[in-house]
Amino acid sequence: MIPTTLTSAGRTSSRVTSSSVSFVSRGFRGRRDTEGDLTRVPPGQHVTEDFPVLSAGPTPHTPLDEWTFSIVNGDERETWTWDEFRALPSETVTVDIHCVTRWSKLDTTWEGVSIDTLLEQVEHEAAYVLAFCDGGYTTNLPLEDVSDGKAWVAFAYDGEPLDPEHGGPARLLVPHLYFWKSAKWVRGLMLRDTDEPGFWETYGYHSYGDPWREQRYAGD
Amino acid sequence: MRTIVFDIPAWPGHRAGQHLDVRLTAEDGYRAEREYSIASAPGEPVAITVERLDDGEVSPYLTEELRQGDEIELRGPIGGYFVWDPEDESPLLLVAGGSGIVPLRAMLRHRRGSGSEVPVRLLYSSRTLAEVIYRAELDEPVDGVEVVYTLTREQPPDWSGYARRVDDELLGEVAWPAGEGALAFVCGPTSFVETVASGLVELGYPPPRVKTERFGATGGR
Repeated sequence: MIPTTLTSAGRTSSRVTSSSVSFVSRGFRGRRDTEGDLTRVPPGQHVTEDFPVLSAGPTPHTPLDEWTFSIVNGDERETWTWDEFRALPSETVTVDIHCVTRWSKLDTTWEGVSIDTLLEQVEHEAAYVLAFCDGGYTTNLPLEDVSDGKAWVAFAYDGEPLDPEHGGPARLLVPHLYFWKSAKWVRGLMLRDTDEPGFWETYGYHSYGDPWREQRYAGD
Repeated sequence: MRTIVFDIPAWPGHRAGQHLDVRLTAEDGYRAEREYSIASAPGEPVAITVERLDDGEVSPYLTEELRQGDEIELRGPIGGYFVWDPEDESPLLLVAGGSGIVPLRAMLRHRRGSGSEVPVRLLYSSRTLAEVIYRAELDEPVDGVEVVYTLTREQPPDWSGYARRVDDELLGEVAWPAGEGALAFVCGPTSFVETVASGLVELGYPPPRVKTERFGATGGR
């Protein structure tokens, strides 16, 4: 049996694949209680009752009277202050979320403004967006993945204002992709014709990030 | 705790701070996967150090069942942000909470192995002295490396070091002053990292100079 070894982007890939169930870890039984409903838990994930926090750097703290959200389209910019943003129609959604570090959390409830509502204010023909955030974090997405009811700018979690550690005052929420795409401390979306890798995508993570196809790392 | 060394014929090499993924498969095809920081420096045999979690699914297997000669599925190296390369000549501040020491130890070993002379301060928070990982190695004097422990739950009778959780004051006494242009790597449980990272920003560290990695994220702790 040849073990599988794969490498991250930027390195020569030495990949030997085995058929799916032929390798068995001697003596491993597993616990299985964290498996959850398999139709809701993507491959390689396990369900957690916690809400883990992961980050690349310190938590930013932008005062609300300085906070703005913008849609940037070339030279044009549509901007909302916090009060203007909160005056927009919002909705409460319950979704499952999946982190690339392999935890999934089911039935999480958020309140946010649909990205459709924000994009309605701007005329554009963009195919991609780059979300930008306090602290310099960015992530890239195809425009269609933040359209048609698939994404929000969320400001509340579980009925409470979003905690700074979890991305408050507002974060992107794009539950159908790995949660690194749900950028914390989001301050806007840059509309683009081309797809440019964001922060984690530059560091070896997959450009798209579909949990159902297990697109964790570049080359998956 | 257990340090496991792997023999990986096709390993392409790694950088200090990267991690690898371990995948375990049961006979019926059930799989469990977890990430572990690589404990060894580039050029050394690939190793991970695993802490056995009582409610863990993978760590009890790795620390108790896995035997020499067993085969295991691994994937890596992964990660390009929380890494240190000897080309970086900034003073280094390494801050570890518990098992957060693992990737930082790889950095220390790489510094030594590469002949780098950057000054390093390691602040290592542990509940007790007995729980300090790699203690013998860290206690060996190394030119340019200062190691400071804080023992938060229990201290030996003759202990004259810090005896509390890291707070802004302790950080202020141990961290390189902000003007030194240090690069900080902070690793450990999420609340520890939150306290330390924000403390360093308070001391004047620019946020991009504080790199964080939070542990304990996948086990439901």
